[in-house]
Amino acid sequence: MSEDRNSKIESFSQYEPILFMAVLVIGIVSAILFLVTKTAVKDERTADGRIVVNYWEKWTGFERDALVEVIDDFNKSQDKIFVKLLTVSTIDQKLLLATAGGTPPDIAGVWVQNVNVFAEKGALTPLNKMLDKKGISRKDYIPVFWDLCERKGFMWALPSTPATVALHWNKKMFRDAGLDPDRPPKSRAELDAMNEKLTIVAIKRGSETARIRYTELTDEEKKQKNFDIVQLGYTPTEPGWWNSMWCYWFDGELWDGDRKITADSKEDVEALKWFKSFGDKYGIQNLRNFGASFGNFSSPQNPFLSEKVAMVIQGVWMYNFIEKYAPQIEWAAAPFPSLGENPKNAFVSIAECDVLVIPKGARRAREAFEFMSYVNSRGPMEKLNMGQRKFSPLAEISPDFVKKHPNKYIQTFIDLAKSPGVRTIPKLPVWNEYNTELSVAYDQAFTGIMSPEEALKNARERVQWKFDKILKRWDLIKEDRTKEWEKENDAW
Amino acid sequence: MTRGEKYNLKMGLLFVSPWIIGFLVFTVYTVGASFFYSFCDYDVLSKPVFIGLTNYTDMASDSVFWKALYNTLIFAFFAIPLGLVSSICVAILLNMPVSGRPVFRTIFFLPSLVPLVATSMIWLWIFNGKFGLLNYFLNMAGLPGPEWLTNEHYTKPALVLTVVWGIGNSVVIYLAALQEVPVQLYESADIDGAGFLRKILHITLPSISPVIYFNLVMGIIGCLQVFAQPYIMFGAGTGGPNRSALFYAVYLYENAFTYNQMGYACAMAWILFMIILGLTYMATMLSRKHIHYGE
Repeated sequence: MSEDRNSKIESFSQYEPILFMAVLVIGIVSAILFLVTKTAVKDERTADGRIVVNYWEKWTGFERDALVEVIDDFNKSQDKIFVKLLTVSTIDQKLLLATAGGTPPDIAGVWVQNVNVFAEKGALTPLNKMLDKKGISRKDYIPVFWDLCERKGFMWALPSTPATVALHWNKKMFRDAGLDPDRPPKSRAELDAMNEKLTIVAIKRGSETARIRYTELTDEEKKQKNFDIVQLGYTPTEPGWWNSMWCYWFDGELWDGDRKITADSKEDVEALKWFKSFGDKYGIQNLRNFGASFGNFSSPQNPFLSEKVAMVIQGVWMYNFIEKYAPQIEWAAAPFPSLGENPKNAFVSIAECDVLVIPKGARRAREAFEFMSYVNSRGPMEKLNMGQRKFSPLAEISPDFVKKHPNKYIQTFIDLAKSPGVRTIPKLPVWNEYNTELSVAYDQAFTGIMSPEEALKNARERVQWKFDKILKRWDLIKEDRTKEWEKENDAW
Repeated sequence: MTRGEKYNLKMGLLFVSPWIIGFLVFTVYTVGASFFYSFCDYDVLSKPVFIGLTNYTDMASDSVFWKALYNTLIFAFFAIPLGLVSSICVAILLNMPVSGRPVFRTIFFLPSLVPLVATSMIWLWIFNGKFGLLNYFLNMAGLPGPEWLTNEHYTKPALVLTVVWGIGNSVVIYLAALQEVPVQLYESADIDGAGFLRKILHITLPSISPVIYFNLVMGIIGCLQVFAQPYIMFGAGTGGPNRSALFYAVYLYENAFTYNQMGYACAMAWILFMIILGLTYMATMLSRKHIHYGE
């Protein structure tokens, strides 16, 4: 009986490896099949046979809602194409990896600073020929936004939602300080003078703590800086997002447009000295203590929204945050004045833009472009930007766009985009590094670790070193890359 | 090898084959690829171009690389011993027969269960110069609370504190080891009239020395690769005031995914691997005579 059982076990174990192998092979094959059928990019179509265009976008909340409306309109107007939206966080990194892996979306919404880097690395599809075919050209746009999408003679993107930055001020705080609430500063001297009047400090005088305006301090008290800041007129450290571009307010440049980084030019040093002067005047530690009381930007504890800081430089989007967290504040927006001596322009602004791109390797590039050009027509563009409470990057706008716009200062932002004082991020493949180095340099100079000259010299040397490496490689591949782009462009 | 043995070998290999395939594809290949890319100019999107040792020589002249390495080593120099000592002390205390022992054990283990992102966000508020809890208590004790996150001299101590706070895991390992220490040794020591400290020094520590060694090695690896806390608390890029909280792993990540210098990042990863290997070897050599395996 037991022998019989043993032989049964043996005979079973003879088949075991085969059985196991069979299970393993079936398992692996079905896993591969599953992956291939689920992830392989096939000719994706809707039930009614429309071609599906996959669109990755970074927006969430009301910004996404505005986009969804435009997409719905497009899908309704179409019997050939259906745009499918996917909201993606850290879209720049994910798009890069998806493109490298050969499975990019057909269209994606990225930040304009990504365009230079992605284009030079060959991750985007040049659009020139399609733009020509559709009759879309520079004259249709506010020039600064069109130019932001161009790199090395090719167009890589089209604008979706643009922005410019301006001075936002709190009218009530102006009134309380005895200033004209309808008159923002128009020069550096005015900014400094208003700042002093708007700043309130708490200082111990004898046994009592007095809350007084900065202008009421004695010279000795100003020198000693033994006070706490309770309210501040203005500081460039709030929000501190454009520290790397303060040189523009001094008519400075970040590079020569070709191969040379100019981070420590006279104007750039001047800008950093101005930035540092706030720490010297109000006390670094005092500013730090005051800054520690700020909440997140997107919260009611934002220093401008909680009426702790009277003036900030902010983008067109600030309106949304004011409406959401502090609709009661009395505010206005105006151009931020130039800060240098004998400025070329009375004021300076920075133009930024969210853009639409077609990644290299997109399977439905033509259909994606169809959607892209739809978004870039007047009606949908205004709908999208009205929904996001921004303005249209197009040269022509509907007569009632500004009238209907909830932000009553929207015309200021449009005018800034068209003004000669408008500047943009430099079209450098090393901009990310440059921005980091300048942030470090500004911090080093502000805290007194280094002189402005030394900090900026260090930044320049480091960025130039990195830029030279990229240029060296670019010189080697320039011809091939340009030919490749021309070929891709012709293939449309 | 007999037929049976051959058969067993085949069967064995067959059964571990899913792991072998996974190991070859996801570990051997990726490690090999990173080694190859460390000799290339590689930005993920374009084809890698072989550039020999350039990434390694660039590293030598990259001042930020040295700063990141310095920050990491200084951090590890304080965090590892502090973590080791505090977790042993806590484990010994938690091993004492006191009432409510399971509650205390749970309390000490809890921090290691909370996600790193959440703890880092909480620490940001605890370290807040003006409203932070830590400075509140320091002020109550009459000490001036420093600007933990904005003063370059305090960023690393702040990070050491956050790391030491999460010692729960190693405490549990020490607790397990402490329970393995033969009771007879303590009894004989008691008869010989040994005090608490003597028993700790001559019985407890030698008995748990293999576990201390294990935690030391894990500490070296963990501290040199520290990423989440500095990345969340000080952001990417600048790495805190005057780059005082820019750590090796953060700078590596920056190069790989923000600056698209994957080749350089791979080279950095290999250097880090060599450093960890060297330090672990040193720790092994130095502690060899002091580890008792109790055979």
